Amino acid sequence: MSWFLFIILAFFTLAGGLGVVVTRNVVHAALFLLVSLVAVAGLYLILFAEFLALVQVLIYGGAIIIVLLFAIMLTRTAEYPYISDNKQWPLAAVAAAAVGVVLGAAFLDSNIPETSPNSPAFADLANSLFTTWAIPFEVASLVLLVALIGAIIIARTGEDNR
Amino acid sequence: MVPLVAFQVLSAALFAIGLYGVMARRSAVLIVMSIELMLNAVNINLIAAASHLDGMGKWANFDGQIIAIFIITVAAAEVGLGMAIILRMYRNRSTVNVDEINLMKW
Repeated sequence: MSWFLFIILAFFTLAGGLGVVVTRNVVHAALFLLVSLVAVAGLYLILFAEFLALVQVLIYGGAIIIVLLFAIMLTRTAEYPYISDNKQWPLAAVAAAAVGVVLGAAFLDSNIPETSPNSPAFADLANSLFTTWAIPFEVASLVLLVALIGAIIIARTGEDNR
Repeated sequence: MVPLVAFQVLSAALFAIGLYGVMARRSAVLIVMSIELMLNAVNINLIAAASHLDGMGKWANFDGQIIAIFIITVAAAEVGLGMAIILRMYRNRSTVNVDEINLMKW
């Protein structure tokens, strides 16, 4: 049963990813990315990481796709329905395939002893996040604040900066 | 039960797809999307390791899940800032193709 779900979700993840990198239409690419990201949330559920699955759907499926679609709409050019790739795309395909094969071979070769998949309770996750990882957590909030202020300043039209 | 190596091979494949997108695409928006694919590949790897290697040696306490939360946070910040830069780029140069943004190219 778990294998069945894994194969379906892996198919959607990889098919969505391939759709993002080969489609000619930018809006279709964003929708393929949505398929891939939601399938990844399903993979997190197989791994019993239900909090991460929730966060994945909320932040990636909700926020990031919407921001990407806004950027696509605001930077609309006439060539968006039939964009072209770089001239070096065959070389890029060879390099990416080489990286994928090397990574996959390394993973297949390493036999780490593993347990059956299990998950922490929400409370354990929160405990760890707010004790061991408290300082990185605060730094992450600072990163978000700085990124938001920077985004506002960069994207502002600049007519009203006296 | 799906073994750890299946998730690792899946994440390697997704990472390679994202890498191809970063190298082959011209539009900056599509490059950001490909970077999101690569970040997701890393997250799959971290979460699979966190749930399969609990309490073994130094891999304990589901630290992988915590790091994945931080990666998602940084990805959200990156997309917000990246989109602001792309909007500014479009306003100044009327294009988002990265090979036409060559003002600083020597």
